[in-house]
Amino acid sequence: MYAQIVKSEGAKSRDEMSPEEIAFQERIDRGEKIEPKEWMPEGYRKTLVRQIGQHAHSEIVGQLPEGNWITRAPTLERKAILLAKVQDEAGHGLYLYSAAETLGVSRDELLERLHSGNMKYSSIFNYPTLNWADMGAVGWLVDGAAIMNQVPLQRTSYGPYSRAMIRICKEESFHQRQGYDIMMKMCAGTPEQKAMAQDALNRFWYPSLMMFGPSDKDSVHSAQSMAWKIKINTNDELRQKFVDQTVPQAQYLGLTIPDENLAWNEEKGGWDFSEPDWSEFFEVIAGNGPCNAERLGARVKAWDDGAWFREGLMAHAEKAEAARRAAVVAAE
Amino acid sequence: MGAAVETVDRTAFVDWLQRIGDSALILGHRVSEWCGHSPALEEDIALANQALDLIGQCQLWLGLAAEVEGKGRTADQMAYLRDVAAFRNALLVERPNGDFGQTLMRQFLFDAWHIELLRALRSSLDPRVAEIAAKAEKEVAYHLERSAELVIRLGDGTAESHERMERALALLFPYTGELFMDDDVDRAVAAAGIGPLPSSLKPAWEQTVRAVLAEATLTWPGEVYQHKGGKKGVHSEYLGYILAEMQFLQRAYPGATW
Repeated sequence: MYAQIVKSEGAKSRDEMSPEEIAFQERIDRGEKIEPKEWMPEGYRKTLVRQIGQHAHSEIVGQLPEGNWITRAPTLERKAILLAKVQDEAGHGLYLYSAAETLGVSRDELLERLHSGNMKYSSIFNYPTLNWADMGAVGWLVDGAAIMNQVPLQRTSYGPYSRAMIRICKEESFHQRQGYDIMMKMCAGTPEQKAMAQDALNRFWYPSLMMFGPSDKDSVHSAQSMAWKIKINTNDELRQKFVDQTVPQAQYLGLTIPDENLAWNEEKGGWDFSEPDWSEFFEVIAGNGPCNAERLGARVKAWDDGAWFREGLMAHAEKAEAARRAAVVAAE
Repeated sequence: MGAAVETVDRTAFVDWLQRIGDSALILGHRVSEWCGHSPALEEDIALANQALDLIGQCQLWLGLAAEVEGKGRTADQMAYLRDVAAFRNALLVERPNGDFGQTLMRQFLFDAWHIELLRALRSSLDPRVAEIAAKAEKEVAYHLERSAELVIRLGDGTAESHERMERALALLFPYTGELFMDDDVDRAVAAAGIGPLPSSLKPAWEQTVRAVLAEATLTWPGEVYQHKGGKKGVHSEYLGYILAEMQFLQRAYPGATW
């Protein structure tokens, strides 16, 4: 899940709802899917645009930290797998922009908001990928955290979003497995490789925990989104689930999770762990992460440098259309 | 293993397989540099797909080269542990990406040659060569369809896109001649019935390129000076940087498995 802080309006009580809003909420409560042409509250539409847009942007910005290692992948097979994975991410971006378009906002408009800094993407992609084990850690931890959030979203109330998530989840679980496979190779390899793996875990652990967003007690936008089934679980629930899943995987690899407070809590049947440094999270969101300037800069450059290309294609399409019309007229 | 392989000089055959495999590898590398940086999301997807095809083809060609060589090397060792002078790719594919127009023009000029080569190789007397060619041909037919279409649309698009495509053509055309020059390696492989003489592919290539350029309102450059050397291992300065990047992990951590 790549939408960490999605603004939405506060949840309304039933007394505050209009008859249309009540009928809408009842449909959601019955588990019905909302489809594009159907009536929906403006707040529902806006929140979805923000969330799906943020998710789509995260997919395309997310190409960059992994793209960083394609030309340096250590074997031809690893190179091919990484290429396929980055290609999947671009594909996920495409499904999600299409889902957002059903809500009346074009891909170009969303990109404009990303480029101008008015829309965000996940904080995780503002961290650098410094060694090859980072390709493992990104698949294992980052895609692992994403899956944790996206699996429940397959049941989200908005039909096109739900269907996009179903397709995306299938591919993400493959991504996570390939990431873990890299980690296994690195941990069974030379001492230098094992050290790379530990270093990657050290750097990606807390940023991965941040992917679920701030703690529920500080998350002002959750209640309405949960009522609308745009959000299914709370941030803290998912973070706990992620830690519980990941700790034994790290143990199996022989790696140490960089948290002195990590301890099994028999009573809750889960691991106790340290919170990430939320001040760091807010700095990254505000644009001060290690790679914010490079990531957004790369996307803006790609868009600006490609303007002539897109304009050339449009001009050709218009010429072809004019020629087709002229031929029709001539034939008549 | 057929009679063809028994009669052909093994060194020449390995060299020839490396020419095809290395061109796929280096072009795949160049194309993959665009990942996440292209002008449209659809292009990011298409380019990653194309790079993936080329890397896959390189694995097959270099795998066969290693097998024919018979010294126990693997495709990975060929890709990652040879230095510049041992690479046999055409100079065209190591040209820098430039703007997106140059990347597309390089691709088109290469695809138009690549498809003719693969079509000819389907009837290779070496069944392993014929098999790889049959698989690759399906992929490359799509590469060519796409690159030709984009060259046409951009050549006949705006004044700026037209001008950029003319410039790309002028920059890259002088690197196409090498693809059709016959040497002893080519002659040995052709005599054994394994592959065509490069010069025999020229008429079909020229027909495709002329037709596409005409539709794109671009000018066929005609007789211009042609660079050569890649097939013999004499490269441009660019290849050293490509290999330094590509081979970094294998060189820095010898013997590690990944």
